[in-house]
Amino acid sequence: MIGRDILGIEDLSRSDIELILETAEQMQEIGTREVKKVPTLRGRTLINLFFEPSTRTQTSFEIAGKRLAADVVNFSVSGSSVSKRETLLDTAKTLDAMDPDLVIVRHRVAGVPHRMAEVLHAPVINAGDGAHEHPSQALLDMLTVMEQKGRIEGLTVTIVGDIAHSRVARSNIYGFSKMGAEVRVAGPPTMLPADIESLGVKAYTNLREAIDGADVVMALRIQMERLEGACFPSVREYASTFGLDRAKLRFAKEDAIVMHPGPVNRGVELAHELADHRPSVILDQVRNGVALRMALLYLVAGRRKPDRSSTGEAQTQSHDRTQENAGGGGD
Amino acid sequence: MSQFDSPPGSPSDAETTAPAPILADSASNSRISTTHSHSESDRGASSEGDFESTVVDRTALDDRGIRRALMRIAHEIVERTEDAERLYLVAIPNGGVPLGRILVENIESLTDLRPPLGILDTTLYRDDLSILGSRPRLRRTEMPSSVDDRVVILVEDVVSTGRTIRAAMDALMDFGRPSHVRVVALIDRGHRELPIKIDFVGKNIPTRPNEKVIFRAEPIDEKTTAGKSAVGVLQVIVRGGRYS
Repeated sequence: MIGRDILGIEDLSRSDIELILETAEQMQEIGTREVKKVPTLRGRTLINLFFEPSTRTQTSFEIAGKRLAADVVNFSVSGSSVSKRETLLDTAKTLDAMDPDLVIVRHRVAGVPHRMAEVLHAPVINAGDGAHEHPSQALLDMLTVMEQKGRIEGLTVTIVGDIAHSRVARSNIYGFSKMGAEVRVAGPPTMLPADIESLGVKAYTNLREAIDGADVVMALRIQMERLEGACFPSVREYASTFGLDRAKLRFAKEDAIVMHPGPVNRGVELAHELADHRPSVILDQVRNGVALRMALLYLVAGRRKPDRSSTGEAQTQSHDRTQENAGGGGD
Repeated sequence: MSQFDSPPGSPSDAETTAPAPILADSASNSRISTTHSHSESDRGASSEGDFESTVVDRTALDDRGIRRALMRIAHEIVERTEDAERLYLVAIPNGGVPLGRILVENIESLTDLRPPLGILDTTLYRDDLSILGSRPRLRRTEMPSSVDDRVVILVEDVVSTGRTIRAAMDALMDFGRPSHVRVVALIDRGHRELPIKIDFVGKNIPTRPNEKVIFRAEPIDEKTTAGKSAVGVLQVIVRGGRYS
């Protein structure tokens, strides 16, 4: 996978995912050492390019890079109103001229990491683009399930919440389906895309039916500020219908685990009693996030893509690729 | 964990021309790839498909020979270590692990002390990561305690260039400051590229660069050997191609 862009789970094969998870399992050990650093990526430069604020993901990638001895540079661009296309490409070219070995991109618009990947010589990891994909989150979720359950194949995974606006949901749907799990999604009808079942999942508007017999229940963050009134009448109503608590969870399997990508709106997606203790594995997810990102950096960083001769050609190529993506994509 | 299916095309799959023995590794249920051959001994035989039909395997050391050598090495380790309490065996996977297990048993039978056995993967410390076309798979690392002030015995199956031992020493230093580091190699096949000395050798096997030396530990039935030294039949073979 060396030199390869990690733009979405949709592009990864099952064996790619398995390789990443296996590598991450071995990386976990480094986090338990007193000296949490190995010399593997010494002299490599990684750029964290975040167009959207994200403390958790950015810190997780930064720690991952540092544990592999890479130089990590954080390049935060505040959410801007400037004309994106121009600025993006200029930013990308500027960064590329500094010869990074890997660029990690987060942007609130879907497809930006793909566009960056076309321009940059360094491989690109998508750290979340709009409502499209968040591959490292889905991979760390799969790693956590492997750790807790010993397998993914044959499990029932229920994702609860704002499926329509969630890149985490989309990446997890691709990931868990590829690994052989049965994926269900649940939420108010306003938050379930009409064609969601075309991704091979079963959609529910009744939480109880959705988590009946589930091994894994994953709650998604609700963007309350933005969606109250638009997608659900009130936060309290959402919490009482789709918020997880012990009473609702008893319809899941007895040993079911509860996951959340964070940060948690306590009392909304998860009751307090669930946020802090088993069966919730939220902090395991965070811990595994570092190991998983170390695995991605190890597997991908290290080779720059071949040179493109001229801008004109690069643009033609990128145009073709955009079309390909549009054809094959789920968006 | 590690319940993944064995993915195709892993580096070690390439050489399973013989019935695929699997490295015994019963202490954990983690999957270990088929037919271990050390990366060092892979040098010079990259175009394997070319001479597959003319491959000649000869057994350089059979199970009895290996176990005899490991008993002798255990004696030598005990003889040359002033206080056996400070011994700490560290196996380099995959091949070092079954050898380390046997050595621990042997040392225990001689001294009534059971030295700890660590497992140390050297992949992240390799010096060729920047020139390899793909990232090697990682193996398990499990170091049960600090190596500070211990007499560490690194256990490796086949030593050739010495680069893995160099990487292992660097890795070891991340776990503390051993008082001594010594090296056991079941096979020393020569072709050293670094100033690395082997302290305890099972057998010196002079080889051509285009030959491979492969250490195999066969899988064992864990039910019947539970509690015992869980290591199956051992064998060292030399795989030589044409005499060109």
